[in-house]
Formats: sequence, structure tokens, C-alpha cells
Amino acid sequence: MRFTKAFIATALAAAVSTAAFAEEVKVIGVSIPAATHGWAGGMNFHAAETVKRLEEVYPGLDFVLATASDPGKQVNDIEDMVATRNIDALVVLPFESDPLTPPVQAVADSGAWVTVVDRGLSVAGIEDLYVAGDNTGFGSVSGDYMASKMPDGGDIVVFRGIPTTIDNERVDAFTAAIEGSGINVLDMEHGNWNRDDSFTVMQDFLSKYPKIDAVWASDDDMAIGVLAAIEAAGRADIQFVLGGAGMKEMIKRTADGDAMMPANVTYPPSMIATAIELTAVGLTSNAPVSGSFVIGSVLVTQENAMDFYYPDSPF
Amino acid sequence: MTDTTIPQTGGLRLPSMSVLGPIIALVVLLIIGAMLNSNFLSAANITNVLARSAFIGIIAVGMTFVITAGGLDLSVGSMAAFIAGLMILVMNAALPSMGIGIPIILLGMLTAIVAGMLAGLLNGFLITTLGIEAFIVTLGSMGIYRSLVTWLADGGTLSLDFGLRSFYRPVYFDGILGISWPIIVFAVVVIIGEIIMSRTVYGRHCAATGSNEHVAHYSNVNVRRTRLISYAALGILVGIATIMYVPRLGSASASTGVLWELEAIAAVIIGGTVLKGGFGRVWGTVIGVLILSLIGNILNLTDFVSPYLNGAIQGVIIILAVILQRERKAAS
Repeated sequence: MRFTKAFIATALAAAVSTAAFAEEVKVIGVSIPAATHGWAGGMNFHAAETVKRLEEVYPGLDFVLATASDPGKQVNDIEDMVATRNIDALVVLPFESDPLTPPVQAVADSGAWVTVVDRGLSVAGIEDLYVAGDNTGFGSVSGDYMASKMPDGGDIVVFRGIPTTIDNERVDAFTAAIEGSGINVLDMEHGNWNRDDSFTVMQDFLSKYPKIDAVWASDDDMAIGVLAAIEAAGRADIQFVLGGAGMKEMIKRTADGDAMMPANVTYPPSMIATAIELTAVGLTSNAPVSGSFVIGSVLVTQENAMDFYYPDSPF
Repeated sequence: MTDTTIPQTGGLRLPSMSVLGPIIALVVLLIIGAMLNSNFLSAANITNVLARSAFIGIIAVGMTFVITAGGLDLSVGSMAAFIAGLMILVMNAALPSMGIGIPIILLGMLTAIVAGMLAGLLNGFLITTLGIEAFIVTLGSMGIYRSLVTWLADGGTLSLDFGLRSFYRPVYFDGILGISWPIIVFAVVVIIGEIIMSRTVYGRHCAATGSNEHVAHYSNVNVRRTRLISYAALGILVGIATIMYVPRLGSASASTGVLWELEAIAAVIIGGTVLKGGFGRVWGTVIGVLILSLIGNILNLTDFVSPYLNGAIQGVIIILAVILQRERKAAS
């Protein structure tokens, strides 16, 4: 059978390559939160894909991928990686900053390379490389787009996420960006990055305000709830809804020219891939990769939407 | 809301505070809402509030029986999420062979009800036959169903096929004579529940079981079967709630139905059912559900308080509603 042959061939190749590089195999540990919501699901997908790809590209690298459902589990994961796999580098997306700072510091003190992704640690200077999304940029790109799309101003409602620093940074930057544009924020409410919550909140906004020109849903999950509420109410006054984070279904709608979804702003879960790739480059070459790498939030419109469409990703 | 001392010696005997408490709380909320926003009493807003209460409401009616019989079920929220995911998977899988039409919707509904019943029976079996504490069993199954839906969805979201969703959508948004289906189903469930609770042998068996298991047993009540049936019925009602939920957004994810169990339990207790069991009131549960939905609705309709404090306001009103019922006991 062809399958069996291919399998044996792969196994042999793997065995040979392992033997050849046995002395110099370096281990990279990747510790990330489990896929408990859409964005994290996408991040898990990209982490697994990247690990699979890089294991083929670099025979001298071995990867350990662990997902944690709470900060305590993540601390255990990292301790296990150090104790049992003797990792040479750690790529970590901390569940929470405070509880993860001491264990990651211990890894750094042991001489291993540390890459921190998205959420910073509580103490500066631990990590060798910091890869993060740009929340301020996310807010200001969204605000600038709203301002340009509504040159004569108008009344909007704003959906906020779960009350966190991330949410505050985004909303502050958004508010600064629309200042002086004539856009009036009627109301802001927390939709908690959740479809059901934002559906309910949007229904109530529709009862409260007879005329709403546009909605900054600030997240694609919330945009789904908002759109369902508008559709159910049969209201024609809302011209468009701006989501965010680049969920594939929403990117598709933008690509197809849906007038209600004219744009999106990225906050890519694939930033974990950037972090793993750069760490691998750092371990295997002389290219310097230390420092910080901020992934800009990009405006997606119908013209460039297909560049951001990942049909295989769960997000 | 503080001066609720009822003259016990008056010529006209008022119903006890345990009956009046939740009703007063509901009326006060309605008055506050109407004063704060003119759209509050509009048909559209009332329909919204009733329809979104239907999920928790249908589940809370089942929860009333479980709690009355001395049990508890923490798994209903994640069970709803799991059933929603399962239903979407089954319907999407059957789509190529069955096409869009009534049969595939019926298949989805059947899946939800059977899955709900089996899930409820499993909880009930572990609690009654194996004699494990209800809190622990359902805490365990809560985690299991939540993980299962995350796993089924691969950490993302399960979405119903778009064409199928458009066809199924009227089940949430349409209705008869302007009353949407979730409200009708909720009303039917409540009426049947109220009749069973107050007029049938089963209702009395639930109260007897919850009140004192041993006395009930010696009074020829089949305690085990009474409890098992209450969990299975709750499971079926979770299935029915899911049937109403799926057409709304056409999707299920790990964040579906989060904290529904606590909202349902809170509604039951606000309504006057005793958490320790032994006494249950289905109509009270309905008022409890409406109180919880109205608080959220009113907070969204006004800029009265910072949205950060929504949870605190809800907590205060829940506690106040329960205190109102205790007034009588404290006075006597």
C-alpha cells in the first residue's frame, strides 16, 4: 500500500535525520492558553501549524506545545518543560501577567531564550523578544476609518469588550481618533466579546435610539450579534458595522462586498506564528532577533480582504 | 421599596409577603423602567425582553422542579451549549442528503430533545442510583459539556449552514399574531409546569421528596424515580430552549450559555422556591426570570450607572427581592 510505504519512508527519514543531528537538537517550548474562544482557537491553530511546518524545515529543532486552561496549569506546563525537556527557548503567551512572571523569569535565569507574545510580563526586561499586537493602533485605525467613512459626522454606538487594559487602550485610541470628526458616540456598553451579550445590548440600543448611523462593534463576534439584532428589528438607518480581529466569515463578507461589513481591522491570532518563527531563526542562525516586534493592526477592505482570508483556520 | 411593612391586623387580609415580594419587585422595576425611558413599554421592547427571557425561563421551569425535589443542576448552561453544537453539526451533516426543508428542522429538534433527555437522565442516574451529591455530579458534567462543545468547535464557532439558518430563523423571530415563538413556547411550558406542580401527584411528590426524603419514602413516594424524572425533564427543557436559541444567531461556541445555570437558579429562588427543596412555585420562577431580564434591559436603556456596575446592581436587586419575601418571617 502506498500509504504504508510513504509512512515507512517518512519514519526512516525522521530516524536518519534525528540520528544525524542527535547532538545538536535544540528544544523550543511553546506555552499558550487553550482554545476557549474564537481568537484563542485561531491562535492555537496557527501555533500547531507553525510547529508542524518548522519541524520539517529545521531538523535541528524540536518543539513542545502545551495549552493551558488557566494560569496555574500554564505555570505547571512551563515547569515541566524545563524539568523534563530541558528547553533551550520558551515562547509564551501568558494567560495573566502577574502569575506567569516568576516562572518565566526562572526560565530566563536558567539561560534559555524567552519570547513573550501579546500580553507583557509584570517585570520589564525578562524577555529576549517581545511579539505583540497593537491595541492602540487597533483603536486608532478603527477610528480613522469611521471618520473617513462618515465625512459629515453621525451618531454611532460603541461595543466594548470585557473590561480590561486591552479594551481601555483600544477605546481610548478610538475616541482620540474620532475627535473633531463630527462623529457623536451615543452610547458605549460592554458586549464582553460575546455574540449573545452584544445581540441583547444592540436590541436595547435600537429601542433607545430612533436613529443610529453606524456601529463600532470592535470585534467580529460582537459584530455577529449586532448584525442579527439589526436584521431582526428591520432597521434601515444603520449604514454599516465595523467589527475587528479578522474572523474568516467576516473577512469573507467584506471580500464579497457586503455593504453592512465594508471593512475590518486585524488583530491577528497568527502573531504566535511570528513569535515561533523568529525564535527558530534566532536559535538556528546568526540573525539577531532580540527586541520587540509590534504587529500593526491593518485596515482590511474589499480590495485586500482575500490576503487576510484563512479558510482552514477555525477563526 | 423599603416601606413595605404590611399591616397584619387590617380587616382586609393581604396575601403573605412571600407571594407579594416578587410581584412588588417586578412592578417597581416596571415603573422605574417606564419613568426612565419612553420606549421601555413599547411593543418592540417588551417582545425583546420576553423573547430573550424565554431560554432561561424554559430552563428555570425545569430547575424549579429539580430544586423543589431537593436537587440542583449546575450543568444546564454548558449542556445547552453542547446541545446547540450537536444540533448544528447534525443538521449540517444531514443537509446534503435531506436538503433545506421542514424534515431537517424536525431532525434538529429531535436531536436536541433526545440529547437533552439523555444528558438529564445521566445526571439523574448518577445522583439517584449511585447516590453522588447533585452539586458534584452536575459540577462535573458542567465541565464535561463545556469542554465537549469547545472540542467540537475546535476552539472556534460552529455555524449553521447559511441557507438553513435563513429557513430556520423564523422559529425565533416570527410567531402568531405578533407574539414570537419563544414567548409562546415559554408560556406553554409555564402553564404545563404550573399545572403539574400545583395540581398533580407528581408535583406533590417533588415537594415531599425535597421536604424530607425519609418521610416521603415511608409515605410511599418513590423518591428516586421522582428525582430522576425531574432531571430528565430539565434536560428535555434545556433541549427545547436550545431549539429556540439556535435560530437566533445560528451558531454555538464555548461562550454559549455561560452562567445560564446561575441565572436559572437565581430566578427560581427570587420566585419563592426554597433552595433547600420542599416548596416550589412555577409562576414565581417566571417573575424571577422577568426581573433578571428587566434589570439588564433597564440598565442598557439608561445611562444611569456605569456599565462596570451592572453586575452589582443585579446582585443588589436579587438580594432585595429575596429579603422582601423574608419580611414576614422576620416580623412574626
